[in-house]
Amino acid sequence: MIGKGAEANIYLDGNSVIKKRIKKVYRVKELDESLRRVRTKKEAKLISMARAAGVPTPFITDIDSTKTSLTIDYVNGSQIKKILNAISKDERKKMCREIGRSAGKLHKNHIIHGDLTTSNMILKDDKIYFIDFGLGEINEAIEAKGVDLLVFKKSLRSTHFKYEKECLDAFLEGYSTEHRDCAEILKRLDTIEKRGRYFSER
Amino acid sequence: MICLGIEGTAEKLGIGIVSDDGEILANVTKHQPLVTGIHPREAAQHHADNMRGVLESALKKAKLDLKDIDLVAFSQGPGLGPCLRVAAVSARTISLINDIPIIGVNHCIGHIEIGLLLTDANDPLTLYVSGGNTQVIAFDSGRYRVFGETLDIAIGNCIDQFARAVGIGSPGGPIVEKLAKNGNYIPLPYVVKGMDLSFSGIYTASVNAAKHHKIEDVCRSLQETAFAMLTEVTERALAHTEKREVMLAGGVAINKRLQKMLSAMAKEHGASFFVPPRDVLSDNGAMIAWVGLLRHKSGERQDIEDTAVKQRFRTDEVDVKWK
Repeated sequence: MIGKGAEANIYLDGNSVIKKRIKKVYRVKELDESLRRVRTKKEAKLISMARAAGVPTPFITDIDSTKTSLTIDYVNGSQIKKILNAISKDERKKMCREIGRSAGKLHKNHIIHGDLTTSNMILKDDKIYFIDFGLGEINEAIEAKGVDLLVFKKSLRSTHFKYEKECLDAFLEGYSTEHRDCAEILKRLDTIEKRGRYFSER
Repeated sequence: MICLGIEGTAEKLGIGIVSDDGEILANVTKHQPLVTGIHPREAAQHHADNMRGVLESALKKAKLDLKDIDLVAFSQGPGLGPCLRVAAVSARTISLINDIPIIGVNHCIGHIEIGLLLTDANDPLTLYVSGGNTQVIAFDSGRYRVFGETLDIAIGNCIDQFARAVGIGSPGGPIVEKLAKNGNYIPLPYVVKGMDLSFSGIYTASVNAAKHHKIEDVCRSLQETAFAMLTEVTERALAHTEKREVMLAGGVAINKRLQKMLSAMAKEHGASFFVPPRDVLSDNGAMIAWVGLLRHKSGERQDIEDTAVKQRFRTDEVDVKWK
């Protein structure tokens, strides 16, 4: 085992990793089984669609019979979460612009990632791979894309707070060059944030 | 040094008296009787009507006189404007009469810090759940950072509103918990967005489900689904932050089922699990007094002019100078 995420154990097997969504004793059986099966299937589907849209993702080579475990090509790189605060300002901006472009490509194709945080992005050979599509969906709605962007914005605020603004600006710059008619989505991002329970400037 | 803390963010009025070595000398609360939901103006009136009585019984319990108080703290936010203002006005009055310093406290941080005082937790990831709040919080570089939170209503609000809508009483938490014990699970919407979550959809679905299903079944499913969402976002935040401790705080933390779920999740990740004592899980004055002391001891001072209430006071706005 090389990693334990929130919902899955990750095992290394040669050049592949096996991502197994494990049983959670805290949820009722019916809910647990359905979440694990639905997410595994969705992840397999969305990860290929994302690649077709031009976003680097690892290849999926197998899905097991219980539909709760995936065999995925091993991307042996660095988690963006772990490096973003440590690199130079120019590199950081470049990286966020690139992440923004990928997010733009996803949304242009109506792919919602569902957990767009720097934990789920891996840098390898100058490419930023997106992983963990289990919470994603195909959705054309502006609302869904707005929420997806908000998740990323908040992950900057909680984990990269010193550079929140420069990262977000670069991200949105990349996002809007790739996804030209995103004005409505950016407006909705604001609306969703203001709808929240804790928004001090409302 | 002895601090008197006034809590008044919602339907509860609380006055706590705490000494700077962390001893809680008194912690008295009184709440507006709830037949329906909280009416902000009526709740504020309740606090104003009862302020004197609660203050006197807190002082009596602590065997102290008002002149023995060295510092007065109050809940500056987040909360209902009219209620917050009653607490603030009372604190300002005590500060001026006694000529002692006044200090405003973020209510959410109060829940975390009192937990740190009364449990063995040192640096936990906290799931803070109450009638008005739902946040996943951890400390990093000078502030309490919010890793996940509700995108719309709080979990307690969702359960209370549901209970009122289907006519099983108010406040809904304990009633739903009791009914849920004899119910069967039926699927309800499960909405997790990264480390954030939303409860407005499951609220509507539960009210609709109650038209066709046994109320016990809906209560069980509402709890199982909503609590699984809460546990999952906490689990995601735990993997993300790599903290080694999990704490459950706030009024909804009283729920035994939620405690059990969080504890099982923490165990799976090898993290220690903490729940503060029952009497400080609900809103109370001691937690406000304690954070007031922490702020004061770290050298912070506030002028009366800076004590305006903040209804939407964010947890991650506060510079934590005492850690």
